Amino acid sequence: MDREQVRRWETQCIQEQAPTCTASCPAHVDARKLVECVTRGDFKGGLAVLANAVPLPLILAHICDHPCQAQCRRSDAGDAIEIGALERACAEHGSPAPAARCQALRNQRVAIVGGGLSGVSAAAGLATRGYEVAIFEARPRLLDRLRSMGDDKLPAYVIDADLAALEKLGVSVHCEALISCHSGPFGLDAMARDFDAVYLAPGPEPLGEDALDLARNEQRRIQIDPLTLATSHVKLFAGGAQRYAPAPYSPILSIADGNYAAVSIDRFLQGASLGATRDNQGAYPSSLYVNTKGLPASTAIHAATDQCGYTKEEAQQEAARCIPCQCLECVKVCQYLEDYGAYPKRYVRQIYNNECIVMGVRNLNRMVNSCALCGLCTAVCPEKFSMADVILDARQSMVQKGKMPPSAHDFALRDMALSQSEAFALARHQPGFQSSQTAFLPGCQLSASSPGHVAACYEYLRNTIPGGVGLILACCSAPAFWAGDNAKFQEALHALEAAWLELGTPRLITACPSCFKTLKDHLPQIPIEILWQHLVPKLLTKARPEPTSRTLAIHDPCSTRGINLLEDSARTLLRELEIETVELNEPGLTTCCGYGGLVQFVNPSLADKTVARRASTSDKDFVTYCAMCRDRFAHQGKRAVHILDLVFANGDSDPAARPDPGFSTRQDNRAHLKSQLLRDVWGEEVSIMTPSIELRISEEVSKLLEKRMILIEDVRRTVENAELTGDKLESLATGHSLASYRSSCVTYWVEYSSDEGAFVVHNAYSHRMEVR
Amino acid sequence: MSPAGSTPATPYLCGKCKLPLVLGKVTAHYLGSEFPIEMWRCPGCGKVLVPESLATGKMLQVEQALEDK
Repeated sequence: MDREQVRRWETQCIQEQAPTCTASCPAHVDARKLVECVTRGDFKGGLAVLANAVPLPLILAHICDHPCQAQCRRSDAGDAIEIGALERACAEHGSPAPAARCQALRNQRVAIVGGGLSGVSAAAGLATRGYEVAIFEARPRLLDRLRSMGDDKLPAYVIDADLAALEKLGVSVHCEALISCHSGPFGLDAMARDFDAVYLAPGPEPLGEDALDLARNEQRRIQIDPLTLATSHVKLFAGGAQRYAPAPYSPILSIADGNYAAVSIDRFLQGASLGATRDNQGAYPSSLYVNTKGLPASTAIHAATDQCGYTKEEAQQEAARCIPCQCLECVKVCQYLEDYGAYPKRYVRQIYNNECIVMGVRNLNRMVNSCALCGLCTAVCPEKFSMADVILDARQSMVQKGKMPPSAHDFALRDMALSQSEAFALARHQPGFQSSQTAFLPGCQLSASSPGHVAACYEYLRNTIPGGVGLILACCSAPAFWAGDNAKFQEALHALEAAWLELGTPRLITACPSCFKTLKDHLPQIPIEILWQHLVPKLLTKARPEPTSRTLAIHDPCSTRGINLLEDSARTLLRELEIETVELNEPGLTTCCGYGGLVQFVNPSLADKTVARRASTSDKDFVTYCAMCRDRFAHQGKRAVHILDLVFANGDSDPAARPDPGFSTRQDNRAHLKSQLLRDVWGEEVSIMTPSIELRISEEVSKLLEKRMILIEDVRRTVENAELTGDKLESLATGHSLASYRSSCVTYWVEYSSDEGAFVVHNAYSHRMEVR
Repeated sequence: MSPAGSTPATPYLCGKCKLPLVLGKVTAHYLGSEFPIEMWRCPGCGKVLVPESLATGKMLQVEQALEDK
């Protein structure tokens, strides 16, 4: 994976962006976290959140002018969260605030001129960074102005508590120290000389002419850089009310200025860039997407007694109204993203780290191989983030480096190889034609699931389309694409292209949405259409199935996402068939059945959860137009029909109840379909291979084989080999034989007994390790 | 791997040699790694028994761990 691309992907996911409350706070107090603490009754934790962002947490909790509240997204439905009142509740019920931790002492000295909120905040910020700090205040006490606010609003003990914490930081305080603007022992120039840096926070009034000739603005206030609070004098920084006047006094702005000043002075004294990476300093618009659609309205809880704010219970009730703001649009709709417990930004980093492991265990391989690549995350993401892109990139890279676990996609790719082999693959002109204007590409999984439909469709197309309709039995190689195996993918694409060229470049009509998508994306030179466009009910000559009176819920296969033609043509056909239907989702927001991305082979329990979740969205029978989707629902016990079940009778009185054929039957069906078509359509003599031995397999053992991905063919070869060579074990207890057979990379074990010339299979298992 | 998983619940005879299996040292190979392991095998032809509990338990775990290396 390319590191730059990884970084771009990380940036694209906005889940970690600050919510509006934090972004609109000049000091970036994590109000969402504070409120979350209060919800749990953790007022100490809430106060710690405040203390983490500002140096005077108790004071701020009482007098904060909370610009966050006006931005609160809870107000999309009802009242904003009373964040200001909750801050106060944290101070009330969570005191004392945690002590600030100081870094190692430095030998540089900073003077703070002005002992108001801004100056004191800057002093605390610099003291915790290890600087020696002295505050000079003209009045008899620090924060003197705040003391006139009244005990109701800001009790004196609150101010004293925060100042006591300041004292513990070792800040030296000089009150009634009038710093003059002029030169002299108490002048600014002496300050600038005796200290390594100075922060001027003199309040709102313009200063008199000074000895240092600081640049001024039109109101004669000091000219201050809005980002760094630098003045025209290199050692002097200034902020607080001085830069906001004559705007009304804002405690949070003053405190935030103290924070910015501490950052700037620290950088100045360390010789670092003043302005670098401060883009988000101060209030800024949040880019966190929050979907409040459907959020029930709620009204704010107010304190019953006005004097000391919320009781604990009132505060908890109010805090519990917080949404809280998060994006997680993709995680809400995807079982996979939910199951791994985080969100794309984290996943991208974890997957990249997983790939970078040189020595050690790549714990995330299974996670990488558990995405269905269905694209729903992209469809719902406000930033159009594509997990499928990330996962495909990771899988391709794993395959390239030889780090793809061999067992992950082996079974699926062997199944694909069968579709490409002589057993199934075929490219023929229609009998009696030397060329094909059209060719039918039914797709391997429809052939595997409903071979009868394939034969019926091909007959219909031959009867209704002039100019010769050829047939291509092939795999579009979507499984190799999903597996990240580019070599196999390209090889299969070339084989398909070769078959198309062999038939003289006909337009293709497919009955498989995955084939449609794969060809559209990767063989764009081949004109491709979908079968549903060509099925006209009144042209059907074969007996139609009994019309269903049920209303069917439409499940679109995930490969149709973004291809309106596929969704629309299926609906048109359903309308023409006079089937009553309902939608399961808004257009383009369908979910995966668990086959996509080969999840069912790597993480069957997740695949089952995924399909069960979809199945539970409606108690109606489903109609879909992908054979894999149909069978995955059947596998889950959900009644579902393929759209062709409504067009062609298949000998099933109730096609929605047709079970999932299972892996072995899927392979047999493909081979039989080819033989049947060669015989019935082209009149060829086909020798049907009859199995040399008869196996008896109970339903229970069948299920076990399916679960363990052991084909009946593997069982047959194992028993055959044992009976031919005597290479087996015999149980003295049961009389059963236990035989093993190694085929490609897997050793199969079969426990069986013989019964009147047939073999009863009792058990089967496999392993990949070789034992000698 | 411990041989615990390879203890047969019931005794087996080798189908070819008609000899009862005995515990013996064998080697398990996967993806270039090798482990010596004690398992039930035929003293005649060397046929090794891999019981179901081992194949679907410890052996599977080790296979997956090696695949993730």
